[in-house]
Amino acid sequence: MSWWTPQVEATLIAMVQAVVILLVVVVSGAVLSMVERRLLALWQDRYGPNRVGPFGLLQIAADMLKIFFKEDWIPPFADRTFFVLAPAIAMASLLLSFMVIPITPSWGVADLNIGILFFFAMAGINVYAVLFAGWASSNKYALLGALRASAQTLSYEVFMGLAVMGIVAMTGSFNMRDIVNAQENVWFIIPQFFGFCTFIIAGIAVTHRHPFDQPEAEQELADGYHIEYSGMKWGMFFVGEYIGIVLMSALLVTLFFGGWHGPLLPPIVWFLLKTVFFVVLFVLLRAALPRPRYDKVMNFGWKVCLPLTLVNLLITGAMILIIDPAT
Amino acid sequence: MQIAFYLSGLVAILATLRVVTGTHPVHALLYLIVSLIAVAMVFFALGAPFAGALEIIVYAGAIMVLFVFVVMMLNLGESAVEQERAWLQPKAWVGPAVLTAILLIVMVVTLASGDYTGSISGETLTAKMVGISLFGPYLVIVELAAMLLLAALVAASHLGRSEAHDEADLARERQRELNGQRELNDQREFNKQARASTSSPRETPFDASDDKAGTQEGKA
Repeated sequence: MSWWTPQVEATLIAMVQAVVILLVVVVSGAVLSMVERRLLALWQDRYGPNRVGPFGLLQIAADMLKIFFKEDWIPPFADRTFFVLAPAIAMASLLLSFMVIPITPSWGVADLNIGILFFFAMAGINVYAVLFAGWASSNKYALLGALRASAQTLSYEVFMGLAVMGIVAMTGSFNMRDIVNAQENVWFIIPQFFGFCTFIIAGIAVTHRHPFDQPEAEQELADGYHIEYSGMKWGMFFVGEYIGIVLMSALLVTLFFGGWHGPLLPPIVWFLLKTVFFVVLFVLLRAALPRPRYDKVMNFGWKVCLPLTLVNLLITGAMILIIDPAT
Repeated sequence: MQIAFYLSGLVAILATLRVVTGTHPVHALLYLIVSLIAVAMVFFALGAPFAGALEIIVYAGAIMVLFVFVVMMLNLGESAVEQERAWLQPKAWVGPAVLTAILLIVMVVTLASGDYTGSISGETLTAKMVGISLFGPYLVIVELAAMLLLAALVAASHLGRSEAHDEADLARERQRELNGQRELNDQREFNKQARASTSSPRETPFDASDDKAGTQEGKA
């Protein structure tokens, strides 16, 4: 066959890889909703969903069936365009961010030289999902939730970017593969400990997870920006949140914990193990911590985390110049 | 790359036109976001991914969010759409449009007569190259921009400070405390007098239980 060149083969392999990664991410996002409930129950001395199937494993199938067959209702007072657009942005922007994450030396979707910046761009777009959802719902709780969410996300994205710049300075590249390769001997958690602290806090805040789930605080806002959503539109926000957790865990592993590097086991196993560890950590945080007041969240972001990242960046720059003044 | 450049350029122009002609404020903002993303795509197509990523992060991801934020807070209803429609009369936009069209013709003629045969190449400008040129030949401009931002920051923090309110609150609080103290003193004085009239030897601070005891004593 004349058209079967190595180039075509490489393209096909890359496409299959991309589709597999996409499916794994979406499915793990969905399964995570059940896993989280079971884990929360375990830590709170309850049973959790354990009736459907062995160990409640089929609960996820039941939930998905219910979400898919629920009436997909758009309130008559809502702005239709924005109401439909919001959940699509919420899920698509997070899924697109997986493009830049290198999973193993041979697996990964795109090898962009702006790498981490692409993730920040997508995180910036993700803010609109919440804003549009809150505004299009024409509901005061939704609007309040959206305003809180966008203010919180904007403030935390500022130092999320700065937290990573220490790593970029040490690696000399935005490319995620270069960042992983630079951690072959020492993981960046050690030289960039404060960067890690602020990045994980910002990551939780940007995905609107406990304890930073102000925008959807049940007690005050009756579910915040997605109060008017039902059916699969709500499901997309819901699964989007879990995809956000998987994304943040994968990013933490790639940026601070050496990506696929590790002894004995094959790279893919190391990457998955580390990612699962952080996913479980996210759930544990939800089980353990109460929700702080909104103004305290904002104060903490601007008055503690931002100065900390700036100092971290300054010290990193100074250390690089002291150790290696030539470059 | 050329196709990508022209397509995203076309999208940017069409979206910007819709921003100007649209009557619904929030829908116009959505078009503006699309326009900014299209401009970022133009940068990508020109081989400047760093500038493109920054365009999305800074303009689409941060500045436009604040715009949308404010417009959503204004709670503009049907009346705003009507007003926009009323303002968008031909007599308002024909004059500027004709003048701009003349400028466009001038620009097209200049471009056509000049020697601009350079094509869109696949050459990529990396972040490192951008940084080297920013902190090399353009260092003064970067520093001036930093000073401008600092001035804006100082102005914003001055506008947003709550010092004046705090002082007023504090003064009001102190006044209230003083008033409360005076009332308490008055009450004590009154009690003392009342006790003196019923010849009670005990001198205790005023509170509810004491008051009751005092009246009982009075009765006795």
